[in-house]
Amino acid sequence: MSLKIKQDHARFRAIVRGRIKQNLKQYVQQGELIGRQGKDLVSIPVPTIEVPRFRFGERQQGGVGQGDGSPGDPLSQSQGDEGGGRAGQAEGQHLLEVDVSLDELADLMGEELELPRIQPRGRERVVTTRIKYTGVSPSGPESLRHFKRTYKQALRRQLAAGTYDRARPVIVPVREDRRYRTWKEVPRPETNAVVVYMMDVSGSMGDEQKEIVRTESFWIDTWLRRHYPGLESRYLVHDAVAREVDRETFFHTRESGGTMISSAYKLCQEIVETDYAGAQWNVYPFHFSDGDNWSADDTRLCVDLLRDRLLPAVNLFCYGQVDSPYGSGQFVKDLREQFGDAENVALSEIANKEAIYGSIKAFLGKGR
Amino acid sequence: MPHRHTALPAHLHDIRRQVEGHARGYGLDFYEVVFEVLGFDEINMVAAYGGFPNRYPHWRFGMEYERLAKGYEYGLSKIYEMVVNNDPTYAYLLESNMEVDQKLVMAHVFGHADFFKNNFMFRHTNRKMMDQMANHATRVRRHQDRLGVEKVEDLVDRCLSLENLVDYQAPYVRRRPAAGADDDAPPVARGFRAEREYMKDYINPPEFLQEQQRRLDEDAARAKKVPERPEQDVLLFLLEHAPLERWEHDVLAIVREEAYYFAPQGQTKIMNEGWATYWHSRIMTERALRPEEVVDYADHHSGTLATSPGQLNPYKLGVELWRDVEDRWNKGRFGKEYDECDSFEARRHWDRKLGAGRDKIFEVRRHHNDVTFIDEFLTPEFCREQRLFTFGFNEKAQRWEVVDREFRKVKEKLLQMLTNFGQPAIAVEDGNFENRGELLLLHRHEGVDLRLDWARATLANLQSLWRRPVNLATRVEGRGTLMRYDGKEHSERRAEP
Repeated sequence: MSLKIKQDHARFRAIVRGRIKQNLKQYVQQGELIGRQGKDLVSIPVPTIEVPRFRFGERQQGGVGQGDGSPGDPLSQSQGDEGGGRAGQAEGQHLLEVDVSLDELADLMGEELELPRIQPRGRERVVTTRIKYTGVSPSGPESLRHFKRTYKQALRRQLAAGTYDRARPVIVPVREDRRYRTWKEVPRPETNAVVVYMMDVSGSMGDEQKEIVRTESFWIDTWLRRHYPGLESRYLVHDAVAREVDRETFFHTRESGGTMISSAYKLCQEIVETDYAGAQWNVYPFHFSDGDNWSADDTRLCVDLLRDRLLPAVNLFCYGQVDSPYGSGQFVKDLREQFGDAENVALSEIANKEAIYGSIKAFLGKGR
Repeated sequence: MPHRHTALPAHLHDIRRQVEGHARGYGLDFYEVVFEVLGFDEINMVAAYGGFPNRYPHWRFGMEYERLAKGYEYGLSKIYEMVVNNDPTYAYLLESNMEVDQKLVMAHVFGHADFFKNNFMFRHTNRKMMDQMANHATRVRRHQDRLGVEKVEDLVDRCLSLENLVDYQAPYVRRRPAAGADDDAPPVARGFRAEREYMKDYINPPEFLQEQQRRLDEDAARAKKVPERPEQDVLLFLLEHAPLERWEHDVLAIVREEAYYFAPQGQTKIMNEGWATYWHSRIMTERALRPEEVVDYADHHSGTLATSPGQLNPYKLGVELWRDVEDRWNKGRFGKEYDECDSFEARRHWDRKLGAGRDKIFEVRRHHNDVTFIDEFLTPEFCREQRLFTFGFNEKAQRWEVVDREFRKVKEKLLQMLTNFGQPAIAVEDGNFENRGELLLLHRHEGVDLRLDWARATLANLQSLWRRPVNLATRVEGRGTLMRYDGKEHSERRAEP
């Protein structure tokens, strides 16, 4: 059944598209989401457009509340932002504090960013089979006997034979009445995915830049995990040399020194070739840097590596360039020149936290 | 309405008969109540439409719908009931509710229905609003068909931005003399009455008479000013004086009419919700509840009354206040003798066995609104028992804090929040400001500044209807300020009124 309200709702969504982006941007950039990632606690933005009116400035106004506390005690955290309880006024809060699972969160993000569902590669490849009980048959092992159906059958037989006595409803199954569960083997297509995060940790990557990378990779992780239950993540850091680290180190380490991006790509390619070869793997390398590479030679080496080895093996290669006061930002230009129209390369420049939104969309909007 | 059958199924019909019997037994008095059973999607829709199945198309209903739907999806909120002030009174039940909930909701609904019918604030509301809303919907749709969705919606947006600029008292008082009542003859100064002819010149010397005449003429000249007195109903003023096209006039009139229809519900929120809660709790606990339903009932009832520190729950405050009033009039804890008694013990055990509580609350529900209700019946004892406090924003600590628990302050704050709907008092001061056809609004500043960015945006919307530049005189951080929008840019200058 279609509801009349759907029209208004569609209209609202259409209007909001332009503004909701800011809402979400703000939501993504707060970064505290990461801090609470373990508990899966986030607040869901409910887009609201408020029609401006003559009304009071909130903070001067205050209000009346009910409950414990003596003068000078703070009210609990959330309520202040909601403008307190102004009796008689119908305006509610615009943030609902809810528990959501990461899956739901990913869906929300997907919906707000209009991300396409990812089409995994190698879907047809059957990797495992599962057993599913599908029916009942008159023969089978005793351990699978279907109690209820057996008695039903017995009752049916007794009724047909006229031996069933309503006054004394005793049902005795005989051998022919026995029913057993049967099963089928269901082929289960399995897709596996791995994300290789690479980050430039050379001296020019400051805390702010790393924070951006952190936030963005959290969202990417969440989204991919939604599509690939068994998502694996690998973390590489590099300055002039690359090495694999654990997640913790990845986000917190700080090195200094020069930058040779090719070192990371080489390591990544090795990892992919040794651990994730074969068509059932969906491979997603993400690389973040400030775009300052050591030399043009190294850049050339990177391009070759990408073109010949890495790109054929991956679903999507993403490069995010974070703005930094030190970096020249040349690398993304070089890549764009080479791979600007390649199908499985996504490039994005992230100027600041607000730009994370657009960047995620650039990366994941391809649906690969 | 939806095509499927929404009338009460048999078992709910039985419950309804039973609950209605109890309600009438207690003396509640209401129009016929029509219950409809809706699925959550439909009830969200109806709720988004403010209780009406048919409203004019506008995105904000879609927005509200999304909020409700999301809230429902994530298990945050659920609409239990909706009642529409109409004759017959319409009420909606959520299909998936348990039976005990339906019972509770029905009892609650009869409380509201009684309040709608009997409270003086609702006396002027249109009791055929269902039809009227549908009528509005048709009119707006027709304009949209003719002029395009975008154009009409834009205007609705702008009108909504001014929606709160109505005179909430207007339905209950006569602000200006009915047209034709004033005669046009210029007034003549008569001076004081002098019985004796020879005293005349002494009592009314010619200079005095001249002075009087001059004042009268001045008054007459001022009377030609538009509006004569500050006009709080800005929307009405626009309807009468702004150069609107016919369809614009129509849309603005619709927005205004609906604002007036909904206003009393906002002005009696505490009383109304309290009243309905009071009655559902009485009907349920004294009559309708079956033993096996007690736990679920208690659970949902307490959910309705839950409080949180920064949020005033109108259900809670209302029902407690009603009970307090009933108790005081039952025990005679009011009047001179009680007020002057300063023995704490005596006051606490005060009981004159008056038994007038029931009559009192019925009387109060007829003659009060939230402001007068709080003003008259909020007592220091109640304030203490209910642990009410005022809160404010501490600029230094950047947080909201409990400010005070003193009775006088709490009451003052509460009344301030409720007066004029918690909205700034803004009136049209002059429709020909500085003799240039500009509009001047005056904000009667009562200690709280306007939110300036919003004020600017609202002025722009106002200007689009008035066509000429618009001005707003207000105070910003203690200084008189004249905000102006001329259709192109905003300006502000200091101006002491």
